[in-house]
Amino acid sequence: MMETLEPILIEHPFLKGLDPKHIQLITGCASNIRFDAGQIIFREGEEADQFYIIRQGKVALQIYTPTHGSIIIDTLTDQDVLGWSWLIPPYQWRFDAVAIELTRAIALDGKCLRTKCEADHDLGYELLKRFSSIVDERLESTRIRLLDVYDKD
Amino acid sequence: MNSIEKERPAAGIIDRSQIDALLAILQKRGYSVIGPRVHEGAITYKSITSSADLPIGWKEEQRAGSYRLTKRNDETLFGFNTTPQSWKQFLHPPVSKLWQSEKNGQRYTEIPRSDKPVKYAFFGVRPCDLAAISILDTVFLKGPYTDTNYRSQRNSAFTVVVNCNQAGGTCFCASMNTGPRASGQFDLALTEILQARRHYFLVEIGSAAGAEIIKDVPHGTATEADLTAADNAVNNARDRMGRSVDTSDLQSLLYRNTDNKRWAETAKRCMTCTNCTMVCPTCFCTTIEDVTDLTGKQAERLRKWDSCFTMEFSYIHGGSIRSSVIARYRQWLTHKFAYWQDQFGTYGCVGCGRCITWCPVGIDVTEEIQCIRKYEQTNQSTISSKENR
Amino acid sequence: MIKTEEKTTASPAITEMTPIWFRIKRMQKETHDTFTLDLEPPNGGFSFAPGQFNMLYMFGVGEVPISISGDTSQRNVLIHTIRAVGSVTKAMQRLKKGDHVGVRGPFGTHWPAEESAGNDIVIVAGGIGLAPLRPSIYHILAHREKYGRIVLLYGARTPKDILFRKELEGWRSRFDMEVFVTVDRAHTDWKGNVGVVTTLIPRSHFEPTNTVAMVCGPEIMMRFTVQDLHKRGIPFENIYMSMERNMKCGIGFCGHCQYGPSFICKDGPVYPYPAIKELFAKREI
Repeated sequence: MMETLEPILIEHPFLKGLDPKHIQLITGCASNIRFDAGQIIFREGEEADQFYIIRQGKVALQIYTPTHGSIIIDTLTDQDVLGWSWLIPPYQWRFDAVAIELTRAIALDGKCLRTKCEADHDLGYELLKRFSSIVDERLESTRIRLLDVYDKD
Repeated sequence: MNSIEKERPAAGIIDRSQIDALLAILQKRGYSVIGPRVHEGAITYKSITSSADLPIGWKEEQRAGSYRLTKRNDETLFGFNTTPQSWKQFLHPPVSKLWQSEKNGQRYTEIPRSDKPVKYAFFGVRPCDLAAISILDTVFLKGPYTDTNYRSQRNSAFTVVVNCNQAGGTCFCASMNTGPRASGQFDLALTEILQARRHYFLVEIGSAAGAEIIKDVPHGTATEADLTAADNAVNNARDRMGRSVDTSDLQSLLYRNTDNKRWAETAKRCMTCTNCTMVCPTCFCTTIEDVTDLTGKQAERLRKWDSCFTMEFSYIHGGSIRSSVIARYRQWLTHKFAYWQDQFGTYGCVGCGRCITWCPVGIDVTEEIQCIRKYEQTNQSTISSKENR
Repeated sequence: MIKTEEKTTASPAITEMTPIWFRIKRMQKETHDTFTLDLEPPNGGFSFAPGQFNMLYMFGVGEVPISISGDTSQRNVLIHTIRAVGSVTKAMQRLKKGDHVGVRGPFGTHWPAEESAGNDIVIVAGGIGLAPLRPSIYHILAHREKYGRIVLLYGARTPKDILFRKELEGWRSRFDMEVFVTVDRAHTDWKGNVGVVTTLIPRSHFEPTNTVAMVCGPEIMMRFTVQDLHKRGIPFENIYMSMERNMKCGIGFCGHCQYGPSFICKDGPVYPYPAIKELFAKREI
């Protein structure tokens, strides 16, 4: 029997309040996925087709620098949403994402959802609202770290 | 207007010629007498020995940013108002050595202090300055810690107040309830009365020490006429104040006007020269300097007057908290007229007017307060299009 | 041997301004710029409350306010964790066991560690801010049964700036305490969290209406942390923070540490948020 992800997706704060028909649409694009510790989830420059809702585990967002190797600039964990470049042209990842530990996630077909959003603007608006909120949170966290408050001066 | 509500201290009269006897007795009792003297174009507090040292027949014209000595056409001893520096310089010196220590390997010894507190007699303390001394007492003696240097200097000081017969161009003690008649704790208070044929002083005794000193000075009983003459002299000052301040709701006014447009206007003029804090009789801020000699074996800790107008004053973690002139001027005024109430239960300002006189650009605190009130009423804040909140 | 001469009666110094010499029992490097001094009180013991600070004096160089970072129940040692940022603290970094440091204190208000018995506790520390909070953590853990849930959230600049690493690992391995650590950025050998410290709040477990929070770190970090804690449901009056300003005397006379009407040396440095909420919102105060 194929396990439906709907009961899991309904619970997630990201999808809370969505119309049941929208949830069904999204569930249709969802699948379970698993990453081993150290596994690369996506690489900078690759086409952004998917996004992920982390169920359990830890993912590092990294950027490669020539002289200092890869620097981790964010980590995401349980319940965090990973990736929104699938929503914004040119639909390309800007960072690397690597699983730090064994991570279970729900992968969502971004390409498919994009098409559905173009057809159903209500769905598009609901998703964009939710992603804006996430981007806002990440931006705040980034901006505060930009201040380098722990530096001596 | 008779403002003497509380019981009058015991009073007598002494002739002008007996001022020398009073000064002589103080010196005989071992006091270093400090009093007003003409010196380098100003009347300042210095050592005096006889009445000839006093600024007889002198007065000053004080305006915002201006001080001029001029001659009176009489021989009053105390025909002036305030001096560039206050009594603060004696009780809370500009530089003092807190301690001295010697290091030998890992052995540290404190070198005992060789200086003693000076037994001062302050001759000619204006009521505003008396109030200022009382304010400094609250700061240094009534908190959780005591400044023992201040205490020993203060305890040995003898105060001879001289009430004011005239008001200076920048005076506003009446608004601040600190004068022109002294209402604090003093040893003796004099009020000068110069009439066609008599030149004498009403003497009021404020303490046992005061009584002890005056008893050996030839004196007479004060009559009703004498008391009235003294009242009239003081009221003459009260009615001619150079400035005034509306202190109603003042603390709250300043608390709610951190963004008032007036700060920005005044900041354009203020040079943060720190003159106001230096001449102010209640400004008490200091800095601590730890110094050592070239061998590194002797160290001293010095305390020096400091000012909230400097960038260093609020420096922390690579920058100053109050780096704009707006913030520094606002800090000083708000401290004086708002924060001080929360900290010490009174205003920090006694209305002596020194800051107005000695500001090189003539910034006038009474005018500042008036403008802040006015701008609040017309909603002028630096946050444009927003209510003053 | 330390000897302090009997003070002359002629002109007593302001005794609170005179340092007492403590011998360094141990000098421990914590990170590249932070070190801990274990000091020996010369006369019996040294008592303090968590969150208080001393003025530490380096002979001939100068004096700085430093929070006490040791255990309030251990009176025979006085511990300070110091970050070398200026001339005095950089000079102190060269001190060794057997050298002496002048101490004046303890000064200031304290964390409500003892007073918060019966509550859940959330401690949020940023950078060197973990040092003034450590005495509070020690006290709470020494009386663990008196408290509900205990959460420690700690943010550092990079993994190599993490303070008290061994202790943190010890606390993290307890079953009766939640410890989350994050850094602003890291190399790939770091397997922990990367992100600002407030991102740790959503994943900690506590009952907000019954929680006391103690926050210490750079002012910007505290500003955002207080808001996020409140968003999670902790009443403002249950949130405490430690403020910092330029300090010269530590006893309310020099005027430098004034924060509005408050003297941080005696009315602070620990404040319940409502006491400074108005000031905190203003700039250049």
